[in-house]
Amino acid sequence: MGLAKRIIPCLDVDSGRVVKGVKFVDIRDAGDPVEIAKRYDEQGADEITFLDITASSDDRETMVHVVEQVAGQVFIPLTVGGGIRKVEDIRRMLNAGADKVAINTAAVFNPEFVKEAAEKFGSQCIVVAIDAKKTSAKGEIDCWQIFTHGGRKATGLDAIEWAKKMVAFGAGEILLTSMDRDGTREGFDIELTRALSEAVSVPVIASGGVGHLDHLSEGIISGKADAVLAASIFHFGEYTMTQAKQHMQQAGIEVRL
Amino acid sequence: MNTIAIIDYGMGNLHSVAKALELVGDNAKIIITNQAREIKKASRVLFPGVGAIRDCIEGLNRLALSEALKEAAQEKPVLAVCVGMQAVMNSSEENNGVDCLGILPGQVKLFPVDMYTPDNESRLKIPHMGWNQVQHVKDHFLWKGIAQNSRFYFVHSYYVESEDESIVAGSTEYGVKFSSALTKDNLFAVQFHPEKSQHAGLALLKNFVNWSVE
Repeated sequence: MGLAKRIIPCLDVDSGRVVKGVKFVDIRDAGDPVEIAKRYDEQGADEITFLDITASSDDRETMVHVVEQVAGQVFIPLTVGGGIRKVEDIRRMLNAGADKVAINTAAVFNPEFVKEAAEKFGSQCIVVAIDAKKTSAKGEIDCWQIFTHGGRKATGLDAIEWAKKMVAFGAGEILLTSMDRDGTREGFDIELTRALSEAVSVPVIASGGVGHLDHLSEGIISGKADAVLAASIFHFGEYTMTQAKQHMQQAGIEVRL
Repeated sequence: MNTIAIIDYGMGNLHSVAKALELVGDNAKIIITNQAREIKKASRVLFPGVGAIRDCIEGLNRLALSEALKEAAQEKPVLAVCVGMQAVMNSSEENNGVDCLGILPGQVKLFPVDMYTPDNESRLKIPHMGWNQVQHVKDHFLWKGIAQNSRFYFVHSYYVESEDESIVAGSTEYGVKFSSALTKDNLFAVQFHPEKSQHAGLALLKNFVNWSVE
């Protein structure tokens, strides 16, 4: 017995409302991030991640209020990603009650930002989010590259090397999303997850592609991830967090039940 | 009046712990303070921990809070959390070695880099991050209502090695077996974050609010 593998539901928030649709039978307002976070907490989520996809910076303040409200009612770790570009953005989210921030694009354009952030706030609260896509052809040695802008823009950066660099710069955790799998419900990119998880010393959260509970276990067992992140399979009420954890436990994975 | 002072030594993010205490506090007054006199006046003290140990100790010294904290640990219930627990030990290996407050005997050490899972399949990740079990090594009021081996949320790269077995209240395994809770007299110190450990964590905080030391 020891450290449990984590399940992390992810909520996309746009101007203070959860988008992509979340359905719980007994929640009247399914778009309220506070209500949804409370529900996931009751079901046994190990952490909750909010991804702020608000386009206009005017509405960013809304996310701060969401975090404040959730942090006052939900006593598990909270991560906020999206729009984290400056030290001030991090400070604001941490003061609002977030425990970690996920830095994505800003890290690609300014790697020193990760260093600065880790030195200021400690590695434990700096998650670097990596969006990777396979760029090697069939038969070639596997290779994945970092993409930005929702997977549209290639950066030429090798995902594994980039992850190692981010850890050296102070990232305390890596949130790895396969852009090939995201939204497909075909399961994680296991090769990518394992290659990256074995290459870095910090915990890795696998993301992108979960469509079935078996996928969660695969991410942990075959992908060697330390945590798994999923959105839609929980949002639409297909499975509860408890079912997911029981399923993982049956696969021999240590979970918090 | 039951007043709980949360020590603010400038590292931020005391929102969660204050909210958690408000929730379980039975109308206790929760104050966040960087004033020694507030710490002196309070009926209990929570010493939270975020960031690096050097910043923590320097913050305490800059604000002249070290003595107030040491005094508090003699007089009233004090709960030290995470880096707060590490800060009450003798010294830490972090930041190339830092002298700590020396309220409890022991050292703070970096987890070894070459720890493996029991099946030897994978290397253990550092930081130790997530929900791990705490074994109650001794009975204590703060464990009241919390099942043996309950899971709490940890996030740390350094761990406490106590020099005195008799002060260990809880232990946890992650590659090595380390002290996840220590207690001596009025002081209870935990490596995990009770304010982030859902039911078990809130239960511990509630016990702290109601703990009266003889």
